[in-house]
Amino acid sequence: MAKDEYEVNLTRLIRGDLSRRQFLWGSGLALGSLGLAACGVGGTPTTSGGPVPVGSLLDGTGGLNIYGTVMIDSTNFAVDDINKKGGVLGRQLKLTAFDTQSTNDKYVQYADQLMLETKAAVVMGGITSGSREAIRPSIDRNKQLYFYNEQYEGGVCDKYVFSTGVVPSQQLSTLVKWTMDNVGKTVYTLAADYNYGHISSDWVKYYLGKNGGTLLGVDFIPLDVADFGAILTKLQQKKPAAVMSLLVGGAHISFYRQFAAAGLQGKMKIVSPTFGLGNEQVVLTSSESAGITVAYPYFQELNNPTNQKWVADWHARFGNDYPYVTDSANAVWTGWHFWAEAVNKAGTLDRDKVISTLESGLSFDAPEGTVHLDGKSHHLTHNVNIAQTNSSHGFNIIQTLSAISPDPQGQCDLIAKPDQHTQFTPTL
Amino acid sequence: MDQALTIVVSVLASVATLLLISVGLAVIFGLMRVINLAHGEFLMLGAYAVLVGTRNGISIWIAIPLAALAVGIFGVIVERLLIRPLYGRILDTLLATWGLSLVLVQAVSIVFGPATNGIGTPLGSVHVGGYSFSQYSLVLVAMAAATLGAVYALFTRTRYGVMARAAIQNPAMAQALGIDTARMNMLTFGIGSALAGLAGALLAPVAGVVPSFGQAYIAQAFMTVIVGGPDVITGTSAAAGLLGGSYSLVSYFATPFIGQAALLLIAIVLLRVLPQGLSGNWRTYL
Repeated sequence: MAKDEYEVNLTRLIRGDLSRRQFLWGSGLALGSLGLAACGVGGTPTTSGGPVPVGSLLDGTGGLNIYGTVMIDSTNFAVDDINKKGGVLGRQLKLTAFDTQSTNDKYVQYADQLMLETKAAVVMGGITSGSREAIRPSIDRNKQLYFYNEQYEGGVCDKYVFSTGVVPSQQLSTLVKWTMDNVGKTVYTLAADYNYGHISSDWVKYYLGKNGGTLLGVDFIPLDVADFGAILTKLQQKKPAAVMSLLVGGAHISFYRQFAAAGLQGKMKIVSPTFGLGNEQVVLTSSESAGITVAYPYFQELNNPTNQKWVADWHARFGNDYPYVTDSANAVWTGWHFWAEAVNKAGTLDRDKVISTLESGLSFDAPEGTVHLDGKSHHLTHNVNIAQTNSSHGFNIIQTLSAISPDPQGQCDLIAKPDQHTQFTPTL
Repeated sequence: MDQALTIVVSVLASVATLLLISVGLAVIFGLMRVINLAHGEFLMLGAYAVLVGTRNGISIWIAIPLAALAVGIFGVIVERLLIRPLYGRILDTLLATWGLSLVLVQAVSIVFGPATNGIGTPLGSVHVGGYSFSQYSLVLVAMAAATLGAVYALFTRTRYGVMARAAIQNPAMAQALGIDTARMNMLTFGIGSALAGLAGALLAPVAGVVPSFGQAYIAQAFMTVIVGGPDVITGTSAAAGLLGGSYSLVSYFATPFIGQAALLLIAIVLLRVLPQGLSGNWRTYL
């Protein structure tokens, strides 16, 4: 009985799905949007009065909203701040924000909508590198000014793309050197098994070579692996002075927990440019995360006046019980303000003029400290703070290094070669 | 010597993890033939239950069985509302339980937030020579063995077990003999759910508790049960030993990536050679 019913359903499903009329409708729509796309090329908003349309794509729901929520809050905070200060060119910003629901095809769909329908003067957003790479072809095709405000594996070299997040070479140049000076010369790398982990582990190798360190081994861990027993045994056998953790995501949090439970904290030290992104220091007990050393441009605890005011304003707006204002929030805030400053300085929304103003070497007093936009690579020079977990689920800053170059190997020069649309990886 | 011991403990812990996550599925999918795609979310509920318990000051050792009980009760409710009308309709069950898993993940995200929560691993570490491992991994091994023994005894040595199996294997005959098959199925589904809850609760202190908790385990659980074959308990144990052991050893001698690949490869080859699963030709009862 069951089988017959299933077959009937299946046939109905197949027939229903591919009825001729629906098929024709579908192709008609596809053709229509192609036509729209053709008209949309140009990228500069045509409206000359009224509010300036701007767009944002971030994940408010689904798995990635761990990172997305704070970035959405930061987007609204930044746009309101710009508007409060008079907007751009005396016009207010009108933000169209889409929830991309942690799926890359939603990014593509909404990015097209922002470019073709909203005619946004600037599009900001994207969290994973996958989401950025999903929309970058259509950003380039439409010649749309786009800001990617999140830490990532680095190397994107594209005339229309500006990245305000920190890249691993910036964190790792400081973190590896600190490890060599303060912990020891031998390092074992554990990296998440996707492009971020692979590229970052190359940077680790590069900086270890520069600082006279020894790499005892690298293990790439698939993102869904939560059982680190074998790794812990291996670490005990190789006895590195430091474990470089490039682990990412929910399953990998178990590494820190199992590491502590196995009693390895006294034997080797964990250093990481990713620990804390998913609020690992809040999730783990303070004894489990004791002594883990990280490197980021931004910490809520930074005591420069800009940051103190920013965090106070943030808490006034979003409540005092806000979990932790992350590095990503700082990057989003910085991105919006760089763009607004460039538009005001250029005196126009014209895309090419805004880009050349951005490339002219702007600086901004961000919560992390003064940052400088490197015109050649479209990335920021960041200030990197080395910090250690403390007993109250936060970080103590132990060293600050300012103005670290985003492109240590000088691979990207968009002023001399504007037609590069590529992503560089470190050359070893 | 000390190194060998650490490797053995790590292998045993991997096998125990695999066993714990699969035994509930072995009952629900292996025995009852209900494809429960929400099995991972039942694990996740167990983890959250133990989280809620410990946050309210309950000792973790009491919170773990309570979590199993809570998920068991939840399983009974699910069986009544969702599974009962769909017995025998495998594809429909698949769709319904998949929907349930989506609802559960989103509901938990709304209630507890999407961020990772966690419970510190209880107990300390054991030092053997220059090596050390956590005492809790020994707890996992002991609990896996105890759970397995209990389930085996329950389904082979008790009146309920015989009636439950009769209700599944030949419902018409069981009913003719006066067995309330609907009630039996409800209980069996509840027990399977409770086992999933127990596994989630036991794993919560070694992993991060997130709404997507189950996704890290669900594929492995199904693989173990399918490779295990028709003898639900003995087959699943053998499969867990083989897959978990090879994963752990290959991870140690190569990398965790190769370890996962080895696990998948062994599963594929086994199913090619023994399409009925490991226990396809065994003459045991369960």
